Amino acid sequence: MPNEPLTAPALEDRLDDLLDAVLSSRRTATRLAEGIAPLPRDQQDFVLHWVAVIARTNPEMAYQFAAAAPRALAMLDLSAAEAWIIQAMDTYDREGLYPGSQVFKNAAGFAMLARGGASAVTFEEVAQVLQLFICGLSGRRLRLDTAPHGYTDTETIFLPSRIALRPARDENFVIYKAMATLLWAQVRHGTFSIDLGAACAGYADPKRALDVLNTLENIRLEACIARTLPGLAREMQKLRGGKEQPDPRSTLLTMPAASVNDSVALLAEVYAGDMAPAHYIYVPTLQPEQAAAMRNARLAKEKAEFQSVLKHMLEQKDGSGSPQTQPGERFAVQAFMQLAADGDTNHELLLDSEPVAPPGNVVQLMDSILQDLGEIPDDYLVAAGDGGYRKPGHQELDPADVWKGVYHEQGAFFYNEWDHKRRHYRKNWCVLRELDVHPGNPDFIDATLSKYAPQVTQLKRTFELLRGEDKLLKKQPDGDDIDLDAVIAAYADMKSGMELSDRLLTKRHKSERDLAVMFMVDMSGSTKGWINDAEREALVMSCEALEVLGDRYAIYGFSGITRKRCEIFRVKLFGEPYSAAVRRRIAGILPQDYTRMGAAIRHLTTLLNRVEARTKLLITLSDGKPDDYSDNYRGEYGIEDTRQALIEAHRSGIKPFCITIDREARDYLPHMYGPVNWTLVDDVARLPLKVADIYRRLTT
Amino acid sequence: MSKVAALHARVLKPESHLIEQEPYYEPVGDEIALFEAAYASQIPVVLKGPTGCGKTRFMEYMAWRLRRPFITVSCHDDLTAADLVGRYLITDNETVWVDGPLARAVRCGGICYLDEVVEARKDTTVVIHPLADDRRILPMEKRGELLQAPKEFMLAMSYNPGYQSVLKELKQSTRQRFIAIEFSYPDGALEKKIVTTETGLDAENAHKLIKLAQMTRNLKGNGLDEGASTRLLVHTAKLIQRGIAPRTACHGAIAEALTDDPEMLRAINELATSLF
Repeated sequence: MPNEPLTAPALEDRLDDLLDAVLSSRRTATRLAEGIAPLPRDQQDFVLHWVAVIARTNPEMAYQFAAAAPRALAMLDLSAAEAWIIQAMDTYDREGLYPGSQVFKNAAGFAMLARGGASAVTFEEVAQVLQLFICGLSGRRLRLDTAPHGYTDTETIFLPSRIALRPARDENFVIYKAMATLLWAQVRHGTFSIDLGAACAGYADPKRALDVLNTLENIRLEACIARTLPGLAREMQKLRGGKEQPDPRSTLLTMPAASVNDSVALLAEVYAGDMAPAHYIYVPTLQPEQAAAMRNARLAKEKAEFQSVLKHMLEQKDGSGSPQTQPGERFAVQAFMQLAADGDTNHELLLDSEPVAPPGNVVQLMDSILQDLGEIPDDYLVAAGDGGYRKPGHQELDPADVWKGVYHEQGAFFYNEWDHKRRHYRKNWCVLRELDVHPGNPDFIDATLSKYAPQVTQLKRTFELLRGEDKLLKKQPDGDDIDLDAVIAAYADMKSGMELSDRLLTKRHKSERDLAVMFMVDMSGSTKGWINDAEREALVMSCEALEVLGDRYAIYGFSGITRKRCEIFRVKLFGEPYSAAVRRRIAGILPQDYTRMGAAIRHLTTLLNRVEARTKLLITLSDGKPDDYSDNYRGEYGIEDTRQALIEAHRSGIKPFCITIDREARDYLPHMYGPVNWTLVDDVARLPLKVADIYRRLTT
Repeated sequence: MSKVAALHARVLKPESHLIEQEPYYEPVGDEIALFEAAYASQIPVVLKGPTGCGKTRFMEYMAWRLRRPFITVSCHDDLTAADLVGRYLITDNETVWVDGPLARAVRCGGICYLDEVVEARKDTTVVIHPLADDRRILPMEKRGELLQAPKEFMLAMSYNPGYQSVLKELKQSTRQRFIAIEFSYPDGALEKKIVTTETGLDAENAHKLIKLAQMTRNLKGNGLDEGASTRLLVHTAKLIQRGIAPRTACHGAIAEALTDDPEMLRAINELATSLF
């Protein structure tokens, strides 16, 4: 019977197989099996399926999952459990084994947030919308991230990963929105402009003091929101469940002029009293230490930046750098009301008592300083410094050094990777960087050109025919000039009593080839030898042809080893002429490591999408399946990730095509590229001639 | 049949069409003085600025103020030199020359306004060169004639530097023949005045609309190519004045007009619902 639950021994056998790597004589699967045995069969299958999937990533995580699963499944339905697993695996991917396994152990915490099942809203669903929402509200760009409780460090807004407090999805979204807006308001309306930790330190119970202060600040900020965003204020009121009697003592806080100092003053008054900290469901918490640390770092940085901007402006005005020493001597800041209704003020920078228009980024900088301090202090108005602010000890990094230090992720691109077993992306999984190809021996190019001399001439002639040129179209119904032949013919026709044609004009027609093509060249170790030679020769021939044709094209090589080291080699960029340097780079294409194709495709898709063209082609020259060193990329995983990357490319309007020399390509390429978007050149020696020919076929 | 026939649009000859009613225009800076000085000195003008910030309205206003016929040419990538200058057509066994809009404007001493000039092909923009420097002549090669512009004639064009791509850049030789006047969205108070004057919307809703516009302008570069223009605000205000609920009006006239991206749409709608 397929629906009969599996017995404990049967389960133990399966688990022994799956978890072999982390089991020992002292740590067996017996306990795990006993825990899973009482579950119904569908849940057992679910657990076994995921144990297998997780074990592929990390067997210890799989063990932790198997241990936590029975309790979790009592609290979560299968779809929520899947979300729980994905969150744990994301945490593992991002932070490592211990934090990852903590998520498995804390199934109860997840279940509490996840309560409500279908009505739950996850951070992932709303992050993009909220990010745009917050960006729309304010000048300063705030990042969004997840944390168990809502709070902000003044640069990032942290929100819970899932909210299911209300039975309706819409309401749960409004909770997210209200929380994010309140946190934005904390930053915008200067909650952190004083040292909150110090303000609460004098009380017997500083934690409670902070809690009460949070309540007071919340009253103040909600009043601010009500003034500028009345629609949202109404929604928040609905969440609170109607209008409650405001504490008369807090009326002062709802005034437009109220500041965080008023909240602190009121705190002394109400701390001892009965003012209960009100915990509406959307109220975030205050984290003064984190906020202060961020703020101080930012203040120092922005002060230096601002002063160096002023210096630059002085230099532009006076023509020479005469650094002034007295604050307020030449620069001043003047505030004026902009839209009187909500009391927003605008600030204007004055130089020698005349308003000056600072560049856009300086306006943002001023805005940011004003948010932190409420004003531009006099000591800021001194031109100083020499260009951009540098953190102490900060040095320019050489991309070649990246693997030596701990900062190996700096300056790199991050790409998601598709895990077909999880049916989810692994976020920022691949670290990719662009490198230059070491120029090779230019003799190679000459040798190729003389080797294929007759074919090159032939090729050029073929491509010349394709070239979009002005054609004079005759006998057109409209156009810019008279087609005399047609007129005479028509005249004659008319005289002989026939119908007069209206196609009497000539028209210049330019058939433009609005086309951009990206060649993505496999530089994996397996191309070593004559495949590599054939690839390079093929590129030389294609370049010759494309130069005749005038299409825009770029050439990039790809290789890499492990997900942390995906590499893209620049051979020829779009817009770069086919110069001697490019030729030498083509000659310098050498076999490197492995073929993690997904990340390469995603990166080149991004690059290709920056080019404006009606048709965008991504042509891969490859010699085999996607493959990478030691982390499961070989085989199905890699094929599925590559397929997903190609689907993404296709969705963004790019037409991918693959030219391969792998005779087994029929087994996997149709799955990746689609049934017609690939071709097999089974004779490597003919590759150089075929590539240009295939390109011609593709684009006519 | 008669019902349909009654709905005739007015047919106007561009060269004899003078703007009679004063168009509503709020000066932002000293653009009017600048334009008048350029006109008096017979120097062509280019208006730069994002869409919907009042470039065309300004031109209409200036045409009214200077009492000149106003001829607009919307440029597109199929616009040929012949479309501007003119061409031979055949009627009654004869070839007949027909002036293009630029030639008509030159002949009648009007103001010729090339809207979105970067959209035109490069070879087309070159034909305005002799007209745009101190020669002020329009060569009509097909006729073997040179058309000398009267002093009343003026050439003006507009372009939007915001969405300029590498493919659509104005040649230096073209841009350096013009005086440039830069336009941007008016500041909050002025924009509010424009919206209320154009539509009669009450101050409170107008204020909220301006807020929303500023929020969408914050999103420029973060998924939006352009923020909501003053023109969009006027559209929205008109809808609200017709009794459409403000949230619905913002959705239709601002969010959907700005983007197709579902998440951006939702974010703009959330901003609108937070305000109204």
